[in-house]
Amino acid sequence: MRGGRFLLLGVVALIALMPLFAPWSKTFLVLAIAKGLAVLGIVVLLRAGQVSFGHALFFAASAYVAAFAARLLGGGELLTLLVIGALGSGVLGLLVGLFVVRYRYIFFGMLNLAFSMVFYAVLEKFYHYTGGSDGLILSRPSVLGIGLERLPFEYTLFYVALATAAVLGWLVHRYLNSAPGRALAAIKTNETRLEYLGISARGTLLVAYVISAMLAGVGGTLAAVMQGLVTPEYAYWVRSGEFVFIAILGGAGHVLGAFAGALVYEGVRMYLAVLAADMWQLLLGVVLLVIVLFASEGLVGLWHRISGRFAPAGREAS
Amino acid sequence: MMGTSNPLRPLGRAFLAGVCALGIGTAGAADKPEQIDIGISAFLSGPASVFGEPARAAAEIMAERINANGGIHGVPVNLSFIDEGAGSAHLLSEYRRLVQSEDYDVMFASISSGNCLKVAPLAEDLEVINLMWDCGTQRVFEEGDYNYVFRTQANATPEMLASVLYLLKTHPDFETIAVVNQDYAWGRDSWNIFRTALQTLKPDVEVVAEFFPKFGTPDFSTEITRLLAMRPDVVLSTSWGGDLDNFVRQAKQRGLDERSTLVLPLAESSLERLGEDMPTGAIVGARGDHYYAHPGYADDEKFNEFVSSFREKTGNVPIYSAFHMVQAFDALQAAYDRAIEANGGEWPDTEALADAFEGLSFRGATSEITIRPADHQGLEDQMLGTAKQVEGKDIAELCDITVFPAEAITTPAGEDSTEWLKGLSADLLDTDVTTYPGCH
Amino acid sequence: MDLIIFTLAVLDGLAYASQVFMVAVGMTLIFGVMRILNIAHGGFYAIGAYLSAGIGLAIASAGLSPWLHLPALVIGAAMAGGVLGLVIERFVLRYIYVKEEVLQLLVTFAIFMILEDVQRLVFGVQPYAASSLVDAMGTINVLGIPYNAYQVLLLPGVAVLTLVGLRWFLHHTLLGHLITATAEDREAATAMGVNANRVFLLTFTIGTVLAALGGAFAAPTTAVQLGMGADMIVLSFAVVVTAGLGQVEGAAVTAVLIGLGRSFAIYLMPELDVLMPYFIMMLVLLVRPNGLFGTVQTRKI
Repeated sequence: MRGGRFLLLGVVALIALMPLFAPWSKTFLVLAIAKGLAVLGIVVLLRAGQVSFGHALFFAASAYVAAFAARLLGGGELLTLLVIGALGSGVLGLLVGLFVVRYRYIFFGMLNLAFSMVFYAVLEKFYHYTGGSDGLILSRPSVLGIGLERLPFEYTLFYVALATAAVLGWLVHRYLNSAPGRALAAIKTNETRLEYLGISARGTLLVAYVISAMLAGVGGTLAAVMQGLVTPEYAYWVRSGEFVFIAILGGAGHVLGAFAGALVYEGVRMYLAVLAADMWQLLLGVVLLVIVLFASEGLVGLWHRISGRFAPAGREAS
Repeated sequence: MMGTSNPLRPLGRAFLAGVCALGIGTAGAADKPEQIDIGISAFLSGPASVFGEPARAAAEIMAERINANGGIHGVPVNLSFIDEGAGSAHLLSEYRRLVQSEDYDVMFASISSGNCLKVAPLAEDLEVINLMWDCGTQRVFEEGDYNYVFRTQANATPEMLASVLYLLKTHPDFETIAVVNQDYAWGRDSWNIFRTALQTLKPDVEVVAEFFPKFGTPDFSTEITRLLAMRPDVVLSTSWGGDLDNFVRQAKQRGLDERSTLVLPLAESSLERLGEDMPTGAIVGARGDHYYAHPGYADDEKFNEFVSSFREKTGNVPIYSAFHMVQAFDALQAAYDRAIEANGGEWPDTEALADAFEGLSFRGATSEITIRPADHQGLEDQMLGTAKQVEGKDIAELCDITVFPAEAITTPAGEDSTEWLKGLSADLLDTDVTTYPGCH
Repeated sequence: MDLIIFTLAVLDGLAYASQVFMVAVGMTLIFGVMRILNIAHGGFYAIGAYLSAGIGLAIASAGLSPWLHLPALVIGAAMAGGVLGLVIERFVLRYIYVKEEVLQLLVTFAIFMILEDVQRLVFGVQPYAASSLVDAMGTINVLGIPYNAYQVLLLPGVAVLTLVGLRWFLHHTLLGHLITATAEDREAATAMGVNANRVFLLTFTIGTVLAALGGAFAAPTTAVQLGMGADMIVLSFAVVVTAGLGQVEGAAVTAVLIGLGRSFAIYLMPELDVLMPYFIMMLVLLVRPNGLFGTVQTRKI
C-alpha cells in the first residue's frame, strides 16, 4: 500500500494548504474536522456494535462548558478551552455512561437520544442562563497569551484543529488495536465469552463511552470557537443522526473514514445548499440513499476497492 | 469592488491617496461597478418560510423595478438568496463566501434574531455593509457598537410597547393577563419587554399564567383548557405562522376569545390565512405600520403599486416581512443617492456608503423611517388595530387603527431596553398618535 | 389540585394520548416485525396530514357537508399510505434487509429528508388549515369548560378502534398470525414456509397507512405546516422503545402514560412538559429494561 500512503499524505497536504488558495474554506474545514472528531467517537462505539443516537449531547455539552468557561476567564485561552470542553463532556460521558452501558442495541441508541433531547430542551428552556435558542456568544480566545486578529486567528485555529485531529486520530487507532480495543470488538461478536474471560463488558464499554464522549467534546469546542456562538442546535437529534450517517459514509470501522466522511458530507451539503437552495434536503437524501445502497462500505471501503485493483498480491490488511 | 480582506488593500489605499493628491479622484470614491451584488438571507424552508417566501417575492419585485429604471444610478442590482433554514453554520459560511470570494457589495440579514446576533459581528469583521431587514432582537445594538451594520426597521421594544399602549387605550380597566408564547428567544424576550412595560404603566395588573409551549406544537388544548378555567381578562401571544394559526383557531373553537381578549402583536401576517377564524375583538399588531389595506395610504401611488404587484405575483396580500424587504431596498437606494450627492457624483466606496446610512431618512411602502446616527437603529412607527369579521369578506378588517410614533416608543440610543421601560411614566399614554376611525 | 382540575387534566391527557398512539402504533408494528426503526414515519405522517387538509379544503370549497371529510380522509390516507408504503418497500427497503441495522436506519433517514422536500415542492410553504369538521362537531361542556367534541370523543374513539382492530387482526386472522410469527422469529417462520418478503411488504404498508391516518386525523385540529413530521418522529421513538419491541398494547399504555404525564406537567410544572416522554422512557427502562411488555431477545451465537 505504499502508493496509497503517499496519496493519503498528498491529500492531507492539500487540505492543509487549501486555506491559502480559498480563504473562506477555513470555516468549512474546521467544522468538518470538528464533526469528524465527533464521528470518531461514534466509530469507537461502533466497534462494540453499539450505535449512539445522542452523541450531539456531548458535542453540545462541551461547547456550552467552553462558552461558560470563556466568560468566567474573560476570554480564555484556546488550548485551555479545548481541554475544559473535553473534560466537561468526559465527566458527562461518565455520568450518562454509567446508566447507559447496561443496555444494548436499540435501547442503547434510544436512551442516548433521550438524554440528548432532554439536554436540548433544558438548553432552550433555561433561557436566562443559556441564552435559549439564541445561544451564547463565544468571543475569540487568545492563543498562548496573544490576542489575535480575525484572520491570523482563523489560520491558527485551522492548523490547531488539523493537528488535534491527527493526534487524536492516531491515538484512537492505537486504542482500537490495543487489548481494551479488542475487548471492545468482542462485545459485538460475543459478549458472554468476554465475561467468561473475566473482563467486564460493561467496564470496557464504559471506558469506550467516555473516550467517545471526550472526542465529541473536543469537536464541539472546536466548532464553538470557530463559529463564535453556541446554540441548542448543537444537541438536536438530527445532528446526532448526521454523526451516525457520516460514520457509515466514511466507513464504519475506520479512523480515517470518520474524517473523510465528514469532509465529503460537509462539502456535498454546502454545495447542494448553494446550487439548489430549494431542494438541497432532497438531493442530499438521494445522495445518501445511493451511498448506502451501492457503497455501504463507505469511502474507505471504496478506496480499498479501487486501490486493491492497483496493488500487488499479498497486501497487508489494515 | 467593496471591502474584502485583501492584503494588498493598504497598497491600494496608498495608490488612491497618490492619485487623489494629483487631483484626479476624490477620497471615498470607488470605481463604478458593473452590478451591485446583494446577498439576502431569509427562511426559504421550514416553518418560518411563511415570512421568507413573501420577502423573496418582494425582493424580486423591487429588483425588477430598480433594474427596469436603469438600476441604481445606472448600475443594475443582482440578488442572491441564502436559506436560513439550512442552519446558522450554513448561513455564516455562505455569507463569508459571498463577501470574500464573490465580492458582494451589500448584505441583508436576517429574519431570525439568533442569526442577526451572529451575523452582525461577522459583517463588522468583514467590513461589509449589512442591513438587518427583519429580525426583532434589540440586543444587537444595545450590546455592541457597529460601523457597518444598520437596521431598516424597528425592534422588539417599540413593537411590544406599542402593543401595551394600544391595550391600555382600548381596555384601560383589565385586571388579569396570561401569556402563551413560543418557547424560544423571541417568545421569551417579547414577553419580558411586554411585561416590564405593562407593570410599569399599570402596576396593579396580575399575571395569572405563563405558558411557553414548544415551538411547532400542533396542539394547545391543555393550555386552552387551563385558560378557560382561569378566565384571565387578556391573553397575549407573540407567536406567528402555523403556531399562531393553531392557537387562534383552537381558542376560537372553544370560545376562549369570548372569555378573554386576545392580544396578538404578530397577527397581521396571519390575517389572510385565518380568514373567518380571526375572532372579532382580537388586537392585531404588524411589526411596523404594515397592512395591505392601510387607510392612510389608500390613495398613495407607491403603496398601491407595491400591493398590487405583490398580489399579482403571489396571489396573496403582502405581509410585514414583504414590507420590511421593501424598506431595505428603499434604504439602499436612498443611501446611494445621498452618498453620491455628497461625493459630487462619484461612486461611493464602503465607508462613504456607510456614512450615508447614518441619519438617513427614507420611505418604504408606508411611512418614513429614519436610521438613528448614534446606534444605527431604525425608527419605524408601529400600528395596531382591532379585528372584526365582516359579512361577505374573506379577511377580517381592522378597526380603531392607531399608529404610534417611533420616537416616543423606541429605547433611546445607548440605553438598555429593560431599564428604560422600568422608568416609563404614565404620560406616555397621552402621546400624540394617529388614529383612523372606522374599519378597513 | 381539586377534583375538577384533576378531571380536566385527565381528559386533556387522554385526548393527547389518542393522537400519540395513532402516530406511534405504525412505527411500533414495523419495528416489531422488521426490526427497522422507520425514521421516514414522520414524513408519512406529514403527507397524510397535508392530503387530509387538501381534501378538507376541497370539500369546503365545493360546498359539501364537512362530515364528508371523515370518510374522505380515511380513504385518502389509506390510499396514499398504501401506495407510498408499497413503492418504498418494494423499490428501496427490500435491498437493504441483508445489510446491517444501522444502514437500514440511515436509508429511512434519507427517505425522511427526501420526503421533507417533496412536501415543500408539492404543497408549498404556507400552513394549511381545514378545520370545518371540528367546527361542525362543535363543543361539549365538561364541568363548565367547552371541549372540542372532535378531540375528546372522536379521536379517542378512533384510537380505541384502531387498537382493538389491530389486536383482532394480529391474533385472530391468518395474515396476522403470519406477521406475529415473523416478528417472533424470522428464520423459523421462513422455514415453515412463510414468505418473509410478502410479510414485510404487508407490515410496512400497514405501518405507513397507520402513520398517514395519524396525520390525516390530526389535520383538522391543527395547521399543517412544514416540519411537523420531524417533531413527531422523536416522540414516536420514545413510545416504540418504551412499549417493548412491536407491542401494540404497549404502545397504547405508553401513549396514555405520556399523555397524562404531559397534561399533568402543564397543570403543575408547565416548563417540564416537553421532557415528560423522555422521563417516562428512562423510568420504564430502569424498571423493565426491555420495555413495558417486551421480552428478552435471545441472541444467536
